Amino acid sequence: MNNKNSGGSEAEDLAKAEMVRLLSIVGRDRSADAFEAIFRFYAPRIRSFMAAKTKDRQAAEELMQETMTAVWNKAGQFDPARGNVSAWIYTIARNVRIDAYRRKRPEFDMNDPAFVADDVAPADQEFQQIQEAQLLRGAMATLPEEQLDVLRRAFFDEASHSTIARDLGVPLGTVKSRIRLAFEKLRSSLEGRL
Amino acid sequence: MNVKHHLSDEFLIEYAAGSLSEGWSLAVASHLALCPECRQRLHAMEGAAGALLDKADESANEDEAWARFKARAADIKVEEVKLEAPKATKQTVVLPEPLRSYVGGDLADLKWRALGRGAYQILIETKDKNTQVRLLRIPAGKPVPEHTHEGRELTLVLAGSFHDGEELFARGDIEEADGDLLHTPKATEGEDCICLAVTEAPLKFSSWIVRLVQPILKI
Repeated sequence: MNNKNSGGSEAEDLAKAEMVRLLSIVGRDRSADAFEAIFRFYAPRIRSFMAAKTKDRQAAEELMQETMTAVWNKAGQFDPARGNVSAWIYTIARNVRIDAYRRKRPEFDMNDPAFVADDVAPADQEFQQIQEAQLLRGAMATLPEEQLDVLRRAFFDEASHSTIARDLGVPLGTVKSRIRLAFEKLRSSLEGRL
Repeated sequence: MNVKHHLSDEFLIEYAAGSLSEGWSLAVASHLALCPECRQRLHAMEGAAGALLDKADESANEDEAWARFKARAADIKVEEVKLEAPKATKQTVVLPEPLRSYVGGDLADLKWRALGRGAYQILIETKDKNTQVRLLRIPAGKPVPEHTHEGRELTLVLAGSFHDGEELFARGDIEEADGDLLHTPKATEGEDCICLAVTEAPLKFSSWIVRLVQPILKI
């Protein structure tokens, strides 16, 4: 089912499937053994994500611990059908960082009567999500370094477009077009699944 | 209902990254509540961020960190998973969350303040000092006073619709404008247009009379 255009290695896909499995076990059984593997994989990554903004090892360490605590607590809320553990953990780390800086990020509520639900059937969605995570990883691997660099600055440093332009010494339009090109590529790879 | 005017990558990536300030985020999140397509795009961006996280490895010995985690995990009380049953669907709810909580109710609960020429507004308070957030009610068939503004503007339609030039904006549609644009949105005949408007700086109305009263009306 993994198509050859995805570019993601099979070993990576397997490792990802393993993370989904481990996280489900943690959610169900509160197993510290299962969580240890998740912790050892994500801790260094979250620490470097936090350090990108705090520029302070100790603060980054504390925010990493807080994030992993939230992952441990919320494991039961992870929907395996979503298939993408890294994206889920990223959103938790992002929210821990937002709280640490005492900022607010209003969010929509899926249970709100005014919420307009997706019209894709849940069964299809489940299949799509898993395939999507693979396609996304494959497409990311094909992005040129200059586009990845801009995405990294946006997501890790929380840099605005104008800050990125200033730091790289390129016009604002260049930053915008790199972001647009990157997401066009990612989106077309996702649409290519059909 | 099909949303035709969507968020740009620029706003969406800042929202995905958590760097977008509260005022803008309120408009973005309220649009997302009404637009499955943009939620799909947001989801892809968070997926991209997850993939970047995978690559952000700084190999380190995690024995110490893991020991520290286990020590604190012993004190953790696991949150009860509260799976809320979907609230009964009432077709009458117009304002989506998170907006409805910010204004303290749905349309019937609102206390509009007259802006003159039949238009009304409600200023929405946030902790974000760099934006001004308001609900606007433009009478059917009437224009929003001609204006340019400093910096960006987001307008999300919640009821009725408006035309800006050739383009029609209806419920769920979001319009992005920047400082250079002089635009003249006009509410469609038949129904008042209610929209959420977020601006960077106080609006500069180009009509001298409106500009004269602008400081008094706080628009």
